[in-house]
Amino acid sequence: MKTWVILGATSAIARAFIRQEADTGAGFLLCGRDQNDMLVTAADARHRGAAAAEVCAIDMRDADSFAPVLARLQTISGTICCAVFVGSMPEQSEIDADPGLIPGVVIDSFTGPAQFLTALAPLMEEREAGEIVGVSSVAGDRGRLGNYVYGAAKAGFSTYLSGLRNRLGRKGIHVMTVKPGPVDTAMTWGSQLPFMATPDAVAKDIIAGLKSQRNTVYTKRLWLLVMTIIRLIPEPIFKKLSI
Amino acid sequence: MRWKTNTYSGWGRALTASGQLARPERQSQVTPTAPAIGNRRSYGDAALNSGGRAMDMTRLDRILEFDTRTGDIHVEAGCTIGDLARVLPTRGWLPRVMPGTGFATVGGCIAMDVHGKNHHHAGSFGGHVREITLLTPDGPRVIAPDDTSIWRATIGGLGQTGVIASARLSLMAVPGRTMKVHERRAENFDEHIAMLDASQATFCVGWVDAAATGASLGRGIVEEAETSGAEAKHRTKTRTIPFDAPGFALSAPMVRMFNTLYYRRVPADGQFVIRPIEDFFFPLDRVHDWNRLYGKTGFHQFQCVVPTNERYALRGMLGAIAEAGAASPLAVLKRMGPAESGHLSFAKEGFTLAVDFPNRGATPELIAHLIAQTIEANGRVYLAKDSLSTAAQARAMYTHLPEWAATVNDIDPERRLETDLTRRLALRTAI
Ligand SMILES: Cc1cc2nc3c(=O)[nH]c(=O)nc-3n(C[C@H](O)[C@H](O)[C@H](O)COP(=O)(O)OP(=O)(O)OC[C@H]3O[C@@H](n4cnc5c(N)ncnc54)[C@H](O)[C@@H]3O)c2cc1C
Ligand SMILES: NC(=O)c1ccc[n+]([C@@H]2O[C@H](COP(=O)([O-])OP(=O)(O)OC[C@H]3O[C@@H](n4cnc5c(N)ncnc54)[C@H](OP(=O)(O)O)[C@@H]3O)[C@@H](O)[C@H]2O)c1
Repeated sequence: MKTWVILGATSAIARAFIRQEADTGAGFLLCGRDQNDMLVTAADARHRGAAAAEVCAIDMRDADSFAPVLARLQTISGTICCAVFVGSMPEQSEIDADPGLIPGVVIDSFTGPAQFLTALAPLMEEREAGEIVGVSSVAGDRGRLGNYVYGAAKAGFSTYLSGLRNRLGRKGIHVMTVKPGPVDTAMTWGSQLPFMATPDAVAKDIIAGLKSQRNTVYTKRLWLLVMTIIRLIPEPIFKKLSI
Repeated sequence: MRWKTNTYSGWGRALTASGQLARPERQSQVTPTAPAIGNRRSYGDAALNSGGRAMDMTRLDRILEFDTRTGDIHVEAGCTIGDLARVLPTRGWLPRVMPGTGFATVGGCIAMDVHGKNHHHAGSFGGHVREITLLTPDGPRVIAPDDTSIWRATIGGLGQTGVIASARLSLMAVPGRTMKVHERRAENFDEHIAMLDASQATFCVGWVDAAATGASLGRGIVEEAETSGAEAKHRTKTRTIPFDAPGFALSAPMVRMFNTLYYRRVPADGQFVIRPIEDFFFPLDRVHDWNRLYGKTGFHQFQCVVPTNERYALRGMLGAIAEAGAASPLAVLKRMGPAESGHLSFAKEGFTLAVDFPNRGATPELIAHLIAQTIEANGRVYLAKDSLSTAAQARAMYTHLPEWAATVNDIDPERRLETDLTRRLALRTAI
C-alpha cells in the first residue's frame, strides 16, 4: 500500500491533492500546525476512499517536531511517498520593512522541508520505492521586484529538489518539482494576478505529472512558456522591468 | 483571513453588488458577523450584500461523518450537491433532494429550502436535514427540527439566523450511478398537466416550449425517471462559454427554432434512455458559465408555484410569455407535493413554472405582470430566482413572514446578516 506524508496539509492545494488521491485508496499521514483543521481533512479523506488518514503535528520552524513523524513512518509498511506544500509568502513590502522576517520565509519554504526530506530519504532508499512531490513556485525561476525573498527561498528549494532527484533516482524513487503560477488560495486572495489556476486543477496536474514521471511540472502549462521567456531576458534589461 | 473589495453578482447577472468578500479556508476562521454565501447560484440578490461584507463558504466542503450503512452524512456547508452526487453513488447513496445545478452548496440548499424533481414524493431539502451547526451572532448552536422556531426560521431562512457551518443529512439509497429516464411528448398545456398529474415516477419534470402558441401552447417533454444501476453509454463532455454572447444568440426566432428541434428530439411515441446521474439532474452544468450566453445585461428567471386548483393560471402566464416572444429555451413545469418545512419555504402543493428571460426591453414589465398573476392565483414566486418583486408582494405571498422576522430579529438584533434581498423586500421590517 501507498502512504502519502503531506507537509502543509491545511493548504488549499494540499487538500485538493489529498481528495483526489483518496479516491485511489491511498493512506495518509497529514502533517501541519492546525490539528483541528487536519482532523477534518483526514475524516474527509477517509469518507472519500482513503485506506487510512492520521494527523501529526509538525512545525517547519521546530526541527524537533520532525522526529515523531519520522518515527511513525518507520512503523507504516509499504511504499512511503511525500508531498510538500509548506511555504510562506509575506508581502515583499513587509519584509523590506522588517528584514527579520527573512529567516522564517526561508525555513518555511526551503530549509524546513529540505531538512525533513533529507531525514526521510534513508527510509525511502531502504524501501527502494516511492515518490516525492515538492511544490516550489515560478517565483523561484527569477528574482523579481515583487517577491524576491520568497522567490529566493523557492529557488533554493527547486535546486535542492533537483539534487535530491539525482540522488534518489538511483534507488527507483521519483522526485517531481511542481512550479505553480498564481493559484486561487488564501495566499493570493485579494491580489489581481494573471492566469490564476484553481487548487483542483493544480492537484490534477500534479497527479498527471506523477503518472508520466515528469521531473518538473509547470501549472498552468502556460507558465513554462512565460518563464522561459522571462529567463531569457538579458539582465541589463530585466533589472529595469517591474513584472 | 483577508477581506477584498469586489464587484460580484448573482447567477442572473442582472443585479450586482460591490462590497467586501472573505473566503475562510478552515472552520476556525468563520464568524457570524456577515451573511454567508455559497456558489451564488441564486439568480437575484439573495447572495449579495452591497456596501457590506459577505463570507464565501465554498472552501469548507468536507465530509465530516458518513455512515454507509444508514445513509446519514454530516458535511460542511460549502460541500456542493454535485460533489456529493459524484462521490456517494459508488457507496450506494445520493442526496435525497437535488436542485437543477450541482454547484449549489448544502448551505445554500438549506437557506433556500430547495426542491428537486421528486418534490411530489420527497418534499424539499429541509425535510431531510436532521441537524444544523449554526453560528448565530449569539454564539454557536446545534439545532434540530424540534427547536421549532429557530429551525423554521433557518430552513429556507435566507441565511438570516446565522452562518450554517455544517449539517447532517439523510440520504437515499441508490443502486448505481445512472437514471432510467422515460421521455414523452406532451402536445399542449392540458395534456402536459395531466401527464405530470398522473405520473407515478419517483422523479418527474416537464420541459416546456415557452415559444409555442395556439393549439401547441404549453407543449413540451415530460421526463420520468428512476434511479438505476445500468451502464450509461457516454458521459457528455463539459464546455465553457468563454465570453459574453451577442444579443441575437437568444432572439425569438433562434429560440423558436431551437425549441422545435428539441421537442422533435423525442420520438412521437416516447423513448427510454439511461443517463448518468449528473446528466439527468444537472443538465446545464455541462456548459460552464452558461449565464454568459445572455450577454452583459444578464437575465431573469421567473418561477412561481400555484395551488392545484389554480393550475390554469399557468396557461394564462404561458400565453402572455409566448405572445411577448420573450422566453429562452429554459422553461420547466413541475408538480409539487405538500410539505412546508420553513416559514419562508417556497414549495407548496400545486404546480410550479420556471422560465428564463433575457434582461432586455419589456422583460421586467412582463415579469411584473406574471408576479401579479401569481398572487391573484394564490401562489408565490421563488426568492432564489426573484429580482423584481416588491415588499408588499412579498407579504402577500409569504404569509409566515411576521413569525420569521420576529425570530430572526431576535437572533440578529444588529442586522449584520441582512442581504440585498432582505433589504429590497424589507423582509425583516414591519411595514
Ligand atoms: C441552473 C440552476 C438550476 C436550479 N435549479 C433549482 C431547482 O431545481 N430547485 C431549486 O430549489 N433551486 C434551483 N436553483 C436555485 C439554487 O438551487 C438556489 O439558489 C441555491 O440556494 C443555490 O445555492 P448556493 O450555494 O449557490 O447559494 P447562494 O446562491 O450563494 O446563496 C443562497 C442563499 O443561501 C444563503 N447561504 C448560502 N450558504 C450559507 C451558509 N453556509 N449559511 C447560511 N446561509 C447561507 C445565502 O445567504 C443566500 O441567502 C437553480 C439554480 C440554477 C443556477
Ligand atoms: N497560491 C499561490 O499562488 C502559489 C503559487 C506558487 C506556489 N505556491 C506554493 O504552494 C504551496 C501551498 O500554498 P497555498 O497557496 O495553498 O497557500 P497556504 O494555504 O498559505 O499554504 C501554505 C501552507 O504552508 C504551511 N506552513 C507555513 N509555514 C509553516 C510552518 N512553519 N510549519 C508548518 N507548516 C507551515 C501552512 O500551514 P498553516 O495552515 O499552519 O499556516 C499551509 O498549510 C506553498 O508552498 C506555496 O508557496 C502557491
